[in-house]
Amino acid sequence: MTERLTHRLMLASAAPIAAVVIAVVLSSIVLLISGSNPLAAYADMVQHASKLETQVDILNRATPLYLSGVAAAIGFRMNLFNIGVEGQYLLAFIVAAHLGAQVELPSVLHIAFILVVAMAVGGMFSGAAGVLKVTRGVNEVISTIMLNAVVISGLAAWWIVEWQAGGEISATGGRVGTEPIAESGLLPDINSWLEVFTREVGLGKKLTGMLVVALVVGVVYHVILNRTVFGFDLRSSGANPTASHVGGVSPKRMVVIAMTLSGMVAGLVGMTELMDTGYYPSNPISLLGFTGIAVALLGRNHPAGVAVAALIFGFLDVSSGILQISGAASREIVEIMKGVIILTAVIAYEVVRRIREREEAAAAAAAMAASPGADA
Amino acid sequence: MHKRLFALLAILLSLALLASACGDDEETETVAEPEPAAAEPEPDPEPEPETTEAPEPEPEPETTEAPEAPEPEMTDISVGLVFDIGGRGDQSFNDSAAAGIERAAAELGITFTEASPEPDGSNRGELLQLAADAHDIVIGVGFLFEGDAAAVGAENPDTRFGVVDSAMLNFGADPVAPYGENIAGLVFAEHEGSFLVGAAAALKSQTGKIGFIGGVANVGGLIERFEAGFNAGARTVNPDIEIIGDYITEAPDFDGFNAPDRAKEIALAMYEEGADIVYHAAGGSGAGLFQAALEQSEATGSKVWAIGVDSDQYHTADAGVRDYILTSMLKRVDVSIFEMIKSVIDGTMQPGPTAYDLSVDGVGYSTSGGFVDDIAGELEALKAQIVSGDIAVPTEP
Repeated sequence: MTERLTHRLMLASAAPIAAVVIAVVLSSIVLLISGSNPLAAYADMVQHASKLETQVDILNRATPLYLSGVAAAIGFRMNLFNIGVEGQYLLAFIVAAHLGAQVELPSVLHIAFILVVAMAVGGMFSGAAGVLKVTRGVNEVISTIMLNAVVISGLAAWWIVEWQAGGEISATGGRVGTEPIAESGLLPDINSWLEVFTREVGLGKKLTGMLVVALVVGVVYHVILNRTVFGFDLRSSGANPTASHVGGVSPKRMVVIAMTLSGMVAGLVGMTELMDTGYYPSNPISLLGFTGIAVALLGRNHPAGVAVAALIFGFLDVSSGILQISGAASREIVEIMKGVIILTAVIAYEVVRRIREREEAAAAAAAMAASPGADA
Repeated sequence: MHKRLFALLAILLSLALLASACGDDEETETVAEPEPAAAEPEPDPEPEPETTEAPEPEPEPETTEAPEAPEPEMTDISVGLVFDIGGRGDQSFNDSAAAGIERAAAELGITFTEASPEPDGSNRGELLQLAADAHDIVIGVGFLFEGDAAAVGAENPDTRFGVVDSAMLNFGADPVAPYGENIAGLVFAEHEGSFLVGAAAALKSQTGKIGFIGGVANVGGLIERFEAGFNAGARTVNPDIEIIGDYITEAPDFDGFNAPDRAKEIALAMYEEGADIVYHAAGGSGAGLFQAALEQSEATGSKVWAIGVDSDQYHTADAGVRDYILTSMLKRVDVSIFEMIKSVIDGTMQPGPTAYDLSVDGVGYSTSGGFVDDIAGELEALKAQIVSGDIAVPTEP
């Protein structure tokens, strides 16, 4: 029995390990072709990442990627492809930034208000795509892509002008943006939590408080999906809508709910930046919604897997700087590595799945053959 | 079904990532758009007073020291240049910055490294910090670096920082002051450059009527300086010239910097009224002007011209309209970077804004297309008069 367990564990861990090894080998080849020394590049990356300040950067980068990844994963578990995370988080970002600057509340309420607004906006916007799907049969891929355009070149572009704070922003950073949110609405950094374990964080780096929110989202995602009736309905409806319909689960209802939940989490993606700067700038950090799809894919939609994927992406993104400054490689190598890792991961998982299937079939056959004493 | 979908997705995503790794040109155009649109969409009404004052006094030390410049001694100064998104190859600010740093390497003997942010613009601050770890001077290309440079500059007081196209003044402080002793803003005497393209317009105009389109009025007089220089230049060579001026929007409505459709309407109206050359200081709205020049020329059969701003728009605008771009008023990012590095070596770097003017070629006009070659002599003569002080270019219309 224990032998089988170890075997299964080995199989399970084989995929990610193989993916990383193959990705490193392929990236090394690309680095060699482009005239860089792979060992020097990897040494720079590891050495840079071993600094506390860099680790803060990695976590700050991984936090929105994790939220974005979970948002995409919720859709995937229901067999829905929510490409609209990009538009949902930017819309939630600008609306929460604007409304957050309009109210005066005690700190805890103020922060909660902003986060709730962001989740509500993201949820409603994404839910609209779900409603379109179940009432009008509009494929959610099409509708969310179009809703992205509505936000990016429509609503956000309009509101940034409408809600422009004028000269006040330049006091804080010289950029165009919405009115800054009062200090009471900003989630404090959690450097002090980190400093319990290690030394003081230098260089003015701040570990985002949204990390805590992201962890809570991850736990809630895990519990709802795996420990509740609703989560079971969601997964079964995604796997086989007809069967679960017969079992009493309305697939239409599940589509709208899943899209709404996905959008609610998406709404939190932009909060990492908002809680840091306090306003929506003319050039918010973008593309997080699309990267989230890749993160969810790499993390297999699993709450912990997505977290690992977000950390890998965060690590690679943060490495882009040191590779350029040290001259070890160009920035593009980071993008290539991300692509290679996704590809190798998917292939490795598929290979492992087939091996497992074959073994199960063989085991079943063996059991059948020796039917009286089958105890393996 | 499920698995296939994911496999397909994975391949698509990988391709997309690879494509985005290779396709830098596209990113430059889409993502970095607001940057060349840098007729300063910064909304701060206040920068004006400082920036107007700066051009006159600041560059003087430069001019006095110019004669003793040729001393190509090697220094051990190293510079970290941080481009805006897209890096080299944008035919605009980034490329100009690259030219400046290469000149500094050749003539001043500095060493340098380059970096550019992630396509989503998320790591400007990180790059500045990394550059500061390894270099004596760190330069950010574009005003989007202002906030990060102010923060990183405060953490690294022994490193000198420069930000192109931002005054690097803290308007939150009272009185308004530079962000730090080690932080310089590299800005430009746009009125002097506008003077030369105004003169070019008046020299080239067949109808005796020219136009000016400003992006946003009353941004503390920022865009009015372009108009003042343009008008003065035109009237200097032709006192009878008729100039039609218009602004797309008025502060606090900043739409004017990114409203090509409205710029096009205004330009078409100007061409209808008989203007045959129109200059814009309207950032991204300029595309509408170029389109209007193309359409008007094709509709009437007689050629009308547009004049670009900030960078050489003959290279940055759509290829289809480049033959209608007479010249462009240039902010010479390369010059500002070279001069800033030199000022650090000489120990004359000033915190806050330094405006690079005609005396150091900090502004100028482009000759791409060869449309102004026939009047180059006149323009150079005017330039010499401005540098010598014989002509004083106004900053208010």
